[in-house]
Amino acid sequence: MVKSPTEKKVREPLFHIVKRDAIPWWKAWLIRIAAVLIALVVVAVITLVMTGQDPIEMYKAMFDGAVGNSTRTWNLLQDTALLLIVGLAVTPAFKMRFWNIGAQGQILVGCLATTFCMRTFTGKVPTAVLFILMIAFALIAGAVWALIPGIFKAYLNTNETLFTLMMNYIALNLVAFFCFRWSKNSGNDVIGIINRSSKTGWMPDIAGNKFLLNIIIVAVITVAAFVYLKYSKHGYEISVVGESENTARYIGINVKHVIIRTVLISGALCGLAGFLLVSGVHHTLTTDVEGGRGFTAIIVSWMAHFNPFYMILTSFLIVFLEKGAIQVASAKNLQLDDNFSDIVVGIIILFIIGCEFFINYRIKFKSKDKAEEARE
Amino acid sequence: MSFILDKIIYVLANAINNGMPILFGSTGEIITEKAGHLNLGIPGVMAVGGISGVVTAFFYQQSASKNTFLMILLPLLATLLGSLVMGLIYCFLTVTLRANQNVTGLALTTFGIGIGNFFGASIIKLSHSELTSVRIDETSKVFKATLPFASKLGFIGELLFSYRFLVYAGIIIALVCAYVLKRTRVGLHLRAVGENPATADAAGINVNKYKYVSTCVGSMIAGLGGFYYCIDKNGWSNDNIGPFGWLAIALVIFAIWRPNLAIFGSILFGLLLNLYDLIPALELNIKFPHGYDKLFKMVPYIVTIVVLIITSARKKRENQPPASLGLSYFREDR
Repeated sequence: MVKSPTEKKVREPLFHIVKRDAIPWWKAWLIRIAAVLIALVVVAVITLVMTGQDPIEMYKAMFDGAVGNSTRTWNLLQDTALLLIVGLAVTPAFKMRFWNIGAQGQILVGCLATTFCMRTFTGKVPTAVLFILMIAFALIAGAVWALIPGIFKAYLNTNETLFTLMMNYIALNLVAFFCFRWSKNSGNDVIGIINRSSKTGWMPDIAGNKFLLNIIIVAVITVAAFVYLKYSKHGYEISVVGESENTARYIGINVKHVIIRTVLISGALCGLAGFLLVSGVHHTLTTDVEGGRGFTAIIVSWMAHFNPFYMILTSFLIVFLEKGAIQVASAKNLQLDDNFSDIVVGIIILFIIGCEFFINYRIKFKSKDKAEEARE
Repeated sequence: MSFILDKIIYVLANAINNGMPILFGSTGEIITEKAGHLNLGIPGVMAVGGISGVVTAFFYQQSASKNTFLMILLPLLATLLGSLVMGLIYCFLTVTLRANQNVTGLALTTFGIGIGNFFGASIIKLSHSELTSVRIDETSKVFKATLPFASKLGFIGELLFSYRFLVYAGIIIALVCAYVLKRTRVGLHLRAVGENPATADAAGINVNKYKYVSTCVGSMIAGLGGFYYCIDKNGWSNDNIGPFGWLAIALVIFAIWRPNLAIFGSILFGLLLNLYDLIPALELNIKFPHGYDKLFKMVPYIVTIVVLIITSARKKRENQPPASLGLSYFREDR
């Protein structure tokens, strides 16, 4: 083909980007691991430059902080489970492209409902009934909190991201209010450990281990969530609605019905997470009982591509980093504030988010293109 | 008569002051959202903007030769720079690398608030004080300087001219943004990018450039909001900016994506935020028991939800979010 002189002068971009069809799973994971490693190097450099602390010492302290002794390890596993259940909770909604970022609020009302039951029904009903009431109230509270934006999304197409976000702060202030109302010394907003001596309504120990039951419950839910999403009719409907609402309507799926049902499940699971937090871990209600899990879980779910089993990995990674980084703050040979953990986790998450690009897209350089064309 | 007037002025001034960080944040977020990017990292951006300004002010205060002009300029520049960096991180991930905007934004919020808290706490350690917050009294005094003739003009002067210059800056920025968005070619292109990037691309608009510039400028404006909050509170205290960032995102909806309406919205939010504290000052003989302030704090969020529902129910085309909000654009997608 003869090119006119003007055409030749047009500067071609150095590279262009094309979508990849599929990438072998091991390659994808290689990219992800590389991203985490690069992030760790970046964190090390930042640590060195900003604070003058030895990064190798910091990583040692982090590792020790996460799994240094059996209590820390159990704590790590329990927190992984608690993050995982919230991740599982938001996943069905995400698959449906319902951006439920209100997990924080749904967990908090679950905590509130559980605390209410513990305060009100202790001593009035048998323990077994108390547990049933606590779980039921927590499930309902979380479900209702998610249902409100869900209904408006289904019928009016109200933006659910912003709606659920607002619901978080309503829940937060509601909890703050009840912390005040239920506080022992009126005015200091501290409820204190509920049923400290009788331990009524506390999650029972299994073989003398107070962490195990929480972990087992979440493990069961993980398997259930995997089966539900992958093999049930509901799971299929969720993915069709997520891919295209029009397609869903065309093949006879009642989209409104699916949306409402899915956010109900999502919210109820968040409520259950709230129950675990109060009954299984903290035994009290505070405004930060939720611990930022609602937001982190979104990242957990998204990084795992909505696969419940991958989520075990991603939530473990994040909790490991958090736990380690928090312990770094108390390490004697380092002088770092415990907020450093948010920076470390933030940087690593940003890198993992960024690396998805290299999994989904391929950069084609100009010279390489030419070579490929020549070969063809 | 003048007694009532005094009360009204007091309440209004209080509301404007409280609403100002939210106004900065939401003006920035509106520009960003108009380009189709839902930046949930605004709380983080505001935190980083705030702490950059505070750190600079803190160290400049301790320097030997102090110059009032530099005392104003340096923290502002640091704020703009800090929030610009945050904006660039967000852009690079969501525009160039096409990452999910919600996830990126939330990660940026964690990251930014972490940075704010970390440096806030570190400076407290550096200054060996027993306080829980970093104080920058001198600098905020300089920023508080108002127009000299304000007090001579009676209640009009007090109502209109008694604020620090950043308040006027915030209102002017919002008005300029409203004008640019609605009346200029740049604004038209920007809106086109947010509504339908493929069409805009076909029309010869550089989509990525518009997305980058609008997100970065938006972040810088939002960062100023973080700094304003710190100036207002005479320093940094941990975890306090976050809620303002979320309120800024709420205000975007409340103002139906119009910066000029955001000005009034911010005053209303400022009023609602402090409603509980204002009631005793008003001597209205309504008594709420202690602790009910928490219930009052819900009001701005409830109001936002109501607005969100109404705008979605009325389905007026000009009141809807930008059509491609939250979606990343890839030219070769079909």
